Amino acid sequence: MTSVLEVNIQSKYFGAKQVLSPLRVAIAPGEVVSLVGASGCGKSTFLRIVAGLELDYAGNIQLNGQLHRGRSPAVGFIFQEPRLFPWLTVAQNLAFGVPQPSMASKALVRELLDEVGLAGYEKSLPKELSGGQAQRVAIARGLFTKPRVLLLDEPFSAVDAFTRMKLQELLTRIASHHGITLLLVTHDIDEAVYLSDRVLVLEANPGTLREVVAVPVARPRERTDPQLATARAQVLSALQRAHAI
Amino acid sequence: MSANPEILFGARVPEQHADRVHAPTPERTRSPVRRWLGLIPPLLVLVLGELAVRQGWVSRNLLPAPSDVLRTLLELASQGLATHVLASTLRVAAGFALGATLALMTGAAVGLSRQTEALLDPSFQALRAIPSLAWVPLLLLWLGIDEASKIVLIAIGAFFPVYMGVSSGFRDIDRKLMEVGHMYGLGPLALVRRVMFPAALPPVFTGLRNGLSLAWMFMVAAELIAATKGLGYLLTDGRETSRADIVLAAIVLLALVGKLSDSAMQHVEQRLLRWRDTHHSGH
Repeated sequence: MTSVLEVNIQSKYFGAKQVLSPLRVAIAPGEVVSLVGASGCGKSTFLRIVAGLELDYAGNIQLNGQLHRGRSPAVGFIFQEPRLFPWLTVAQNLAFGVPQPSMASKALVRELLDEVGLAGYEKSLPKELSGGQAQRVAIARGLFTKPRVLLLDEPFSAVDAFTRMKLQELLTRIASHHGITLLLVTHDIDEAVYLSDRVLVLEANPGTLREVVAVPVARPRERTDPQLATARAQVLSALQRAHAI
Repeated sequence: MSANPEILFGARVPEQHADRVHAPTPERTRSPVRRWLGLIPPLLVLVLGELAVRQGWVSRNLLPAPSDVLRTLLELASQGLATHVLASTLRVAAGFALGATLALMTGAAVGLSRQTEALLDPSFQALRAIPSLAWVPLLLLWLGIDEASKIVLIAIGAFFPVYMGVSSGFRDIDRKLMEVGHMYGLGPLALVRRVMFPAALPPVFTGLRNGLSLAWMFMVAAELIAATKGLGYLLTDGRETSRADIVLAAIVLLALVGKLSDSAMQHVEQRLLRWRDTHHSGH
C-alpha cells in the first residue's frame, strides 16, 4: 500500500439527484493532485467527502491504508475564503486546533507565520489583514495540525492574479518542505497545471473521473516552461471531451 | 429585527437609535467643532425657556425656567434625591438581570434548535405584541403592589429585545464558520462556546442595549402606578402637587441615568466587539 489517500466512491446523492457516480482516486505521499471540471461536476462535494464534512455517501476512504470515515486530524482543509474567526487574533486563529495554547503551540505559530511571511502579525485581528494576508493565515492554520493531506477548495480564487501566483509558490514550497500531500479543487487551469503532478478532469451529471493528465515537470517550476503549456493544452482538450467547455 | 421599543413608549428610543446608526466616524470625532455641534439645540432650548419665563411669555408654574428646574434638583438633592435614583436604579438592575438572564437562556435554546424554535417562538412573538401596560393589572393582582410586581414588569420589558437579539444571533451564524468548527472536530459544547457564542455576540449586545433602555421605560410605568420612592414616584408627586419643576427634574434625571447606563453598556460592547469589521470601528 503506497497511497496516503485512497478514495473509493460508489455514489453520492443530494436528494434524488446523483452528484457523484463510481469514482476511484489514489494519491501517493507528497503528490499534488488537482480536480478540474465544470461547475456542478461534484468536485467540491468530492473534497468535502474526503474532508469528512459530508458523511452521507456510498463508498469508503482509506487514509494511510486504514479505512476511515469522518474527520481526521491527519486531513486539513483550506476553504475558498480564509474563514478566519474574526474575534480571534491571527495567533489564536492559527492555534484554534488546540484548546489551550502551550509554549510549543506558540513556537509553532511563530514558525508558521514566519513561513507564510507574516512574522509579527500574531496579535493582529483578521479585519486588519488584506485578502491575500488572510488567506496566508488560513494556509498557516491548515498546517498547524500537521496534516498529512491538505485539501484545498479553490483556495486562491478570491485574490488578485499576482497575489494568487505568490500564494501558489508559497503553497508549493510549504507542501514540499513539510512533505504534505495536496488535493485541490480549482477552476483555474493554469493553477492546476502549475501546482500538480496530476490533473484529474471530471465530467458532470453525475460527476465521474473522465481523464487524468500527468504533469511530469520537476520543481521548482518555471511558469513559462513549454512542458506546462503542453500539459495545459492536454487539460483543455480533456475538458472539452468532458463537455466542461 | 429586535423588539421595537418605539411601539411601547415613543420618546427616548429614536434618540438612541440615531446615536447608534450615525455614530461618529473616526475622522468626525477628531473634528473639535463638530464634536460640540450636538450641544447647540439643547442649549438653545434652555436659553429660550429661560427667556420665555423671565419675559413672562409663559406662566412659571406650567413651564418652570431651566434655572428653576436646576434649583429644584439641588433642593431635592438635599432631601434624599439619591434614594429615589437609587431605588429606581436597583429596580431596573434587578428587573433587567432577571429578564435578560431568562432571555439569554430561551433565546439561545430557540436559536440553537429548530424544534425549540418551532415550539416556543410563535408564543413569544404573540406575547411580545402585548402592550406593557396590559400586564400591570394582572401583576398587581398576582404579586401585589410591592417590589415583586415592579421587578417582574421591568423583566418583561427587558426580556423581549434580548430574546430577539439572542435568538436571531444564534440562528444567523455564518454556516462557513460553523464548518471550520466541524473541520476541527469540535463537539456540540465546544462549538457553542468557541464558535457560536462569539459569533452571536454582536446581535446579543444590540438586544441587551435595547433591553436595558426598555427596562428604564418599564420602570417608570411601574413606579407611576404605585411607589413611594423612585423617579416615577417623583413624576407622580410633581403632578399631584402641581410642581412642573419636579416633573421636569425627574425627566432630566431619567434622561441622564438612561444615557449613562446605555453609555456604560456601549463601552463594554465596544471593548468586547473590537474585532468587528464595521465602517466606523477604527477607534
